[in-house]
Amino acid sequence: MTVLEVENIYKSFGRIDVLKDVSFSLEEGQVLSIIGSSGSGKTTLLRCLNFLEHPDKGVIRVNGETLFDADDASTQKESHIRSKRLHFGLVFQSFNLFPQYTALQNVMLAKELLAKERPDYKAKKKEIYEEIKAQAEELLRQMGLENRMNNYPHQLSGGQCQRVAIARALALEPDILCFDEPTSALDPELTGEVLRVIKELADKKTTMIIVTHEMSFAKEVSNQVIFMDDGRILEQGDPIEVFEHPKEERTRHFIGSIKSN
Amino acid sequence: MDLILEQFPIVVRALNVGFMQTLKLFFATLIGAVPLGLIITFGSMSRFKPLSYFTKIIVWIVRGTPLMIQLLIFYYFPGLVLGTPIWGSGEAGRFLAAAVAFIFNYACYFSEIYRGGIQSVPVGQEEAGLVLGMTKSQIFFKVKLLQMIKRIIPPMSNEIITLVKDTSLARIIALQEIIWAGQAFLKGSQGIAGAIWPLFFTGVYYLIFSGILTVLLGRLERKLDYFR
Repeated sequence: MTVLEVENIYKSFGRIDVLKDVSFSLEEGQVLSIIGSSGSGKTTLLRCLNFLEHPDKGVIRVNGETLFDADDASTQKESHIRSKRLHFGLVFQSFNLFPQYTALQNVMLAKELLAKERPDYKAKKKEIYEEIKAQAEELLRQMGLENRMNNYPHQLSGGQCQRVAIARALALEPDILCFDEPTSALDPELTGEVLRVIKELADKKTTMIIVTHEMSFAKEVSNQVIFMDDGRILEQGDPIEVFEHPKEERTRHFIGSIKSN
Repeated sequence: MDLILEQFPIVVRALNVGFMQTLKLFFATLIGAVPLGLIITFGSMSRFKPLSYFTKIIVWIVRGTPLMIQLLIFYYFPGLVLGTPIWGSGEAGRFLAAAVAFIFNYACYFSEIYRGGIQSVPVGQEEAGLVLGMTKSQIFFKVKLLQMIKRIIPPMSNEIITLVKDTSLARIIALQEIIWAGQAFLKGSQGIAGAIWPLFFTGVYYLIFSGILTVLLGRLERKLDYFR
């Protein structure tokens, strides 16, 4: 089943066109990796999906529902954007954990705030809290952080922080989990532990979009790879195809330069 | 020395009365300037340009001129220049004028500290909140506010300690605070005249009070040490 359809997205900042006619779709349980050099528009694309940026043109559909259509003002109401965002989760390059909360509180916070909007919240406050806590603890256990739940972000390593951030995004059960260069701020040793966690999520058929510079990881974990260059999708397809037999000269050059490193 | 011991109870009683006025001015300024500063911050950070420019000019004038002059203007301008004395007569009127001038002056300084605090919270905090489906107000109160408070405590402590001593400027409009009370013994009061030591001794009051504040503010700072 198709979870996500992105059609003809354009985005410019001032006179700079960052995204030019980007279209792709994603099936449920699949992993899409987006590769390409810095400034090619990968991050902007993720930010558009998470409604942190507003595309100039194009359509975004999730599970057949049109979340955004540049030609339809009714899809752009500020009041609806919040609930639309919940279809997506986003893991940032720089983690962006909340420093004043423990790992566990970081994972629980958004869900607790959402629960307050439930009509039965007052009556079942205690149960709801316990439920959210149990779920958050389970997620942190999956991330291998059972001994770190009550630590504050500054007491954790970069890799541990990023795993907390992944748990935090998963807590809201998004349809699609997005990663924006999740290991770029980490040293090689810590990169491994984060990639391992993402791999486990892929094995559990979590629908994911991963912007990454880790080529061998992208090749191993993805069902689909997009190569972006100068705001366009230059190549798109099966990871073996894109990595081993790229059609475009530019892709060949990019992959070649990465390999030689 | 014997003379000082003899004068001591009389002087301390008078200084205590003066110091109560000092404390009143101190707390009135704090209570008024802390919230007013926030309003000025919102003004200077407003996206509505005329408001932001207007606020910035006000802040520039207030921070760019001596508080002593501002006190004189606030106190005398309405009565002497406009012919409409608004402060009322006597000590109560002087206190009101002094408090308004102090609140306005300190609010401008606080507003700049707040602005620094707000701008020092990384954009990523807001974005992380947004993608987790939080509302703007939830992000402000649950995520950003405590981080701002943590960042503004050291500069605010500085200003608050400065305020303790700045209250003495109210002497210029004859507010009967502790400096005024000490000086009275120089001119002659309650049978004591030509005594300079009471004026010097007021320093002890400032020292003790700012010492207590330093300890309290330091404690508050340490309370927020649990995160970075």
